[in-house]
Amino acid sequence: MKRIIPVIITSVVGIVLILSVFFPMAQTIGEDFSLFFDIIAVFAFFLGGGNLVRIHIIKVYRKRPDWGFSIVTLTGFFLTLVFGMLKVGGENIATSVIAEGTVLKIIFDNVIAPLSATMYSLLAFFVASASYRAFRAKNREATILLIAAFIILLGRTPLGMALTGWIPESFSVLQIPNLAVWIMNGPNLAGQRAILIGVGLGVVSMSLRLILGMERTYLGSDND
Amino acid sequence: MTNIGSIISIVGVLIGLLIILIYSLKGRDIDRRVIFLFIFLSVAFAILFNIEFKESPTPIVRAVFDKIENMPPGSRVLLSFDYDPAMKPEVGPMANSFVRHCMAKGHKLYLMTLWATGHALMIESIEEVLKPEFPDAVYGTDYTSLSFKAGGVGVLNVIVTDFQKMYPTDDNNTELSELPIFEGVKSATNMDLILPIGGGFPGPKEWILFIGDPGNVPVAPGLAAVVAPQIYPYYPKQAIGLLGGVKGAAEYESELRQRYPQFQDSEATALKMMGPQTMAHIVVMAFIIIGNISYFRSRRKNIDA
Repeated sequence: MKRIIPVIITSVVGIVLILSVFFPMAQTIGEDFSLFFDIIAVFAFFLGGGNLVRIHIIKVYRKRPDWGFSIVTLTGFFLTLVFGMLKVGGENIATSVIAEGTVLKIIFDNVIAPLSATMYSLLAFFVASASYRAFRAKNREATILLIAAFIILLGRTPLGMALTGWIPESFSVLQIPNLAVWIMNGPNLAGQRAILIGVGLGVVSMSLRLILGMERTYLGSDND
Repeated sequence: MTNIGSIISIVGVLIGLLIILIYSLKGRDIDRRVIFLFIFLSVAFAILFNIEFKESPTPIVRAVFDKIENMPPGSRVLLSFDYDPAMKPEVGPMANSFVRHCMAKGHKLYLMTLWATGHALMIESIEEVLKPEFPDAVYGTDYTSLSFKAGGVGVLNVIVTDFQKMYPTDDNNTELSELPIFEGVKSATNMDLILPIGGGFPGPKEWILFIGDPGNVPVAPGLAAVVAPQIYPYYPKQAIGLLGGVKGAAEYESELRQRYPQFQDSEATALKMMGPQTMAHIVVMAFIIIGNISYFRSRRKNIDA
């Protein structure tokens, strides 16, 4: 029962959503199902939050490696949750959670925003180091990749135009910024399109397997 | 002073790179901390000495600009802030440019977000750009903002047929039916243009798949550089144009400044960021060359041995 009911729900929802696309009379049912999905998504927040708390409490309780960081995570999680739910710093409970002056807005501006930006910025260092090690002309394919990367890098800076701006307009395709655009619009587009079609076919086949009840890994384990 | 500083810093970085090149010619590998140091110095110098470059829009960016420019005043433009603070430095300038351009043209602006973290950034754009630069703009008539709703793609699936099913009220708990801006607007398909900004899930790609294409609404996304290549297959049919990364944002900013003198003194964050990005790119390219020289030297050594 524990496994059959979710499979039946999945099949029914899947079939209805497919029908809603092809049959106008089923369209409103499809819209209602989308609304149900949004309600379920809210519950996913509870599930995610609960899971996070459970994992980190176990980590602290069993004194696993780096358990100190779990205390930081839990403290941050509960403080942010309380400040947000009670609208601390706001005029009243109807105030927007991120209204100017609320503690949540202060946390967002002074903790979340700078930390997120810092983490993202660190990518520049890793990309530079990875480029130095990975872009080596070891064989023909690697050389093509290296040249393409080089043109894109140059094309994304004013330096590209500075180096090849002298090329006459009739041969402007050879200007590095235009070459970069050509790489993106030509080889990149072809590759991306192939990937997209492949992904699309994969989604269709996976969806059919889910609707027909052949794919059950989402239930937690495949042992029926 | 700035020019002298710029020249000194560029020369300094180049001399450093030359020393490393000589070092690598001896077949030695470079410690990654040296690479980190050079990236840090090049970016720091560019920020300190305010190194800026001229930008001109590429056709793919110009297509977006021209679309907003050529729509009749009063056209409905939906702007979605689907990003977080991590992505903000890269795509935030696009959002601000779109707000400026749409308001200057007299379009009706509908602001929303599919990301929980995008809500605060949307409010930031309203408070820091829209309200100070367009004090005559009236909320509910010229622009409106909708709060975050959970569900991602589910939200799009609903608003493609009915806005009010998903958003009974706006950000200020006012019913949508009471807002003049929503007069004649039933769903997202009533928009004349959709400008989704982001680089994650749900984001611009989902706007194209679930709203733009089925609803036949023009979409012009602003994207983080890492996801821009994935959206190229949708250009020019499903995406009329796109802004990719800081470069795309800078191109748009420069065009906006050129066509609208009133924005000459407005903050052009992307144009400022192109200096550090260019310097970082030059250093990365230099290290790729150095890495290959080092690789071929060591390979020759092995063959000779």
